[in-house]
Amino acid sequence: MPKVLEERYEVAALKDEYKFGFRDPEQVVYKARKGLSREVVEEISAIKGEPQWMRDFRLRALEIFFQKPLPRWGARLDELNFDDIYYYVKPAEREGRTWDEVPETIKRTFDRLGIPEAERKFLAGVGAQYDSEVVYHNIRADLEKQGVIFMSPDQALKEHPDLMREYFGTVIPPEDNKFAALNSAVWSGGSFIYVPPGVKVEVPLQAYFRINSESMGQFERTLIIVDEGAQVHYVEGCTAPIYTTESLHSAVVEIICKRGSRVRYTTIQNWADNVYNLVTKRAVAYGEATMEWVDCNLGSKVTMKYPAVYMLEPGAHGEILSVAFASRGQHQDAGGKVVHAAPYTTSIITSKSISKDGGRSSYRGLVKVTRGARQARSKVVCDALILDEKSRSDTYPVMEIDEAEVSIAHEASVSRIQEEQLFYLMSRGLSETEASTMIVNGFIEPLVKELPMEYAVEMNRLIALQMEGAVG
Amino acid sequence: MGTDLVIRDLHVSVEGKPILRGLNLEVKQGEIHALMGPNGSGKSTLAYTLMGHPKYHVDRGEVLLGGENLLAMDASARAQKGLFLAFQYPVTVPGVTLANFLRSAVSAVRRARGQLAVEAAGDGASPQEVLIPMRQFRRELLERMRALGIEEEFARRYLNEGFSGGEKKRIEILQLAMLEPKIAILDETDSGLDIDALRTVAEGIKRLAGPELGVLLITHYQRILNYITPHYVHVLLDGQIVESGGPELATTLEAKGYDWVREKHASVA
Repeated sequence: MPKVLEERYEVAALKDEYKFGFRDPEQVVYKARKGLSREVVEEISAIKGEPQWMRDFRLRALEIFFQKPLPRWGARLDELNFDDIYYYVKPAEREGRTWDEVPETIKRTFDRLGIPEAERKFLAGVGAQYDSEVVYHNIRADLEKQGVIFMSPDQALKEHPDLMREYFGTVIPPEDNKFAALNSAVWSGGSFIYVPPGVKVEVPLQAYFRINSESMGQFERTLIIVDEGAQVHYVEGCTAPIYTTESLHSAVVEIICKRGSRVRYTTIQNWADNVYNLVTKRAVAYGEATMEWVDCNLGSKVTMKYPAVYMLEPGAHGEILSVAFASRGQHQDAGGKVVHAAPYTTSIITSKSISKDGGRSSYRGLVKVTRGARQARSKVVCDALILDEKSRSDTYPVMEIDEAEVSIAHEASVSRIQEEQLFYLMSRGLSETEASTMIVNGFIEPLVKELPMEYAVEMNRLIALQMEGAVG
Repeated sequence: MGTDLVIRDLHVSVEGKPILRGLNLEVKQGEIHALMGPNGSGKSTLAYTLMGHPKYHVDRGEVLLGGENLLAMDASARAQKGLFLAFQYPVTVPGVTLANFLRSAVSAVRRARGQLAVEAAGDGASPQEVLIPMRQFRRELLERMRALGIEEEFARRYLNEGFSGGEKKRIEILQLAMLEPKIAILDETDSGLDIDALRTVAEGIKRLAGPELGVLLITHYQRILNYITPHYVHVLLDGQIVESGGPELATTLEAKGYDWVREKHASVA
């Protein structure tokens, strides 16, 4: 990058426009060559010392990836160049269980992101991924004693091969979509969680995903198995430095909620605006289980993400809370899918989107009720707030209802910040930016109040950063 | 010098239609002025114009607050300088709790007035973000809520959402109390209140009135003046102040209605 540009980006970062835009000198112990091929996939598998079945799984997925066309719906992806991406960058020799085992530069980065501090204060366990690999993973000893497993899936492949083989790729097979196939071929890092029957993890487990290298592809893979009557709250956060070239983040998250379990998966994503974020997230919920996705999408160039809940047995409940904030040059194509495949299943999708400075946010959702899923109930509410004339918001709700005895509701609203609200708040001494920020934070408050306090505060701060310079 | 409000030859139009036509008025700190007038005389236009609503266009004249040109400032700067408007119809702001809103507003105003120690900032907040310490704010808020007979739970409720007419007006007075302005305009604060609510609100205003606060009480009816005795009463008709006097003017209006003023000043219209 030319020096002038470099400085401008640094200044931009200093101005807090994107305060996570700093970067470290490249931390690499191994880096695959650019581009995607059978050789690169075999290399990744070999470096990790994987069993044959995983190697075969990857290669099969790669074929599927090559065969599948890019989705022709949703956000524009035609500028995404798959040959110009590093698919595997290994930053450290091994995964640490204490922060002292993490290379100094990387540790400093996570310090700046406040991860070790959060771990000390209010988390039950933390995973930290840097480029392709998890560099730190730890879980509170008392939970470990109760049989809770929290580690990278790479490690799980070695320590819990049976669980991995039984569940890996069962909720989202490589055939599901082009990016699920890509992730299946080159996945690295992520989280593996198992919560034994009846065990309730009361405080959140958190994973933090950081991209550092330029032109990087991050393909973490998360598999969460929550056994009967168990409970867990998992939180993920993500950031990346600002580069002029595109980065790709394409994760797959599979969750199995067994009978009577409760799972909440919270994402606070705040990518730099050069990141393509194309993620497949899906949970299956068995009898009386509750699955909740809380999905906050800020930043990135393009996000396509529709967390899904498949309710497979009676009494299962799925809930999706989605927040999207699209600013200049960004397209947030987000939403949720609920599939009612059993009687007496219930679901709620609540989507709140904000568009500003020419940004575009779309709600894309599916409510599907299969034949025989009697007394299924679903409610979809999507509200859009558009901050100026240049910005855009769309809604693409799809309903496939094959059962008559159901109750389905859909509400949608589009609003703008009202002059009278702004005037009222400004007449109390708030600047125009403070006043609009307050209105936007009020708009998403029904979702933010679902977050643990620390994350709610962070979310309000991130909104404030997005709003700076929005008006005037 | 006090922070007085001086209005000279003010002409204002809304969407091209002239409403105020050469209004003159001075409100000094410590004074209570009642501005009365029939519907459509321009009372609310004056209130909104003084506070800086973008819809109201000043065609001519000047407005000074403490000697500074008020018309050059946006609403937020006017509030910081010490002007306050109690709205006739306070708007709702969903999702924003009264407490959060007031903490931000009071902090913004005190920062601007140099009453908030900026170095007290923790957590790497920038100077523009410094808020009053939570404990201090809570103490001040609860004290003033109690004085106005407002239940504590209102602090956690969303701003004006689902509030009754009387509750909204009381919350406006609470904001007045918290923001400590030099000049307060009360736009028909008495309208839509039953007799008990009116008394509570009026007593709240009375408690706040004093040598530091100038009040411009805009009202259609005389009844609030049974609780608050103004130093001056003005009658607004067709965008001009046509009569000024002491409290006895309000009594005359109550007895005779606005028609006699209208007849007396028929030439104005």
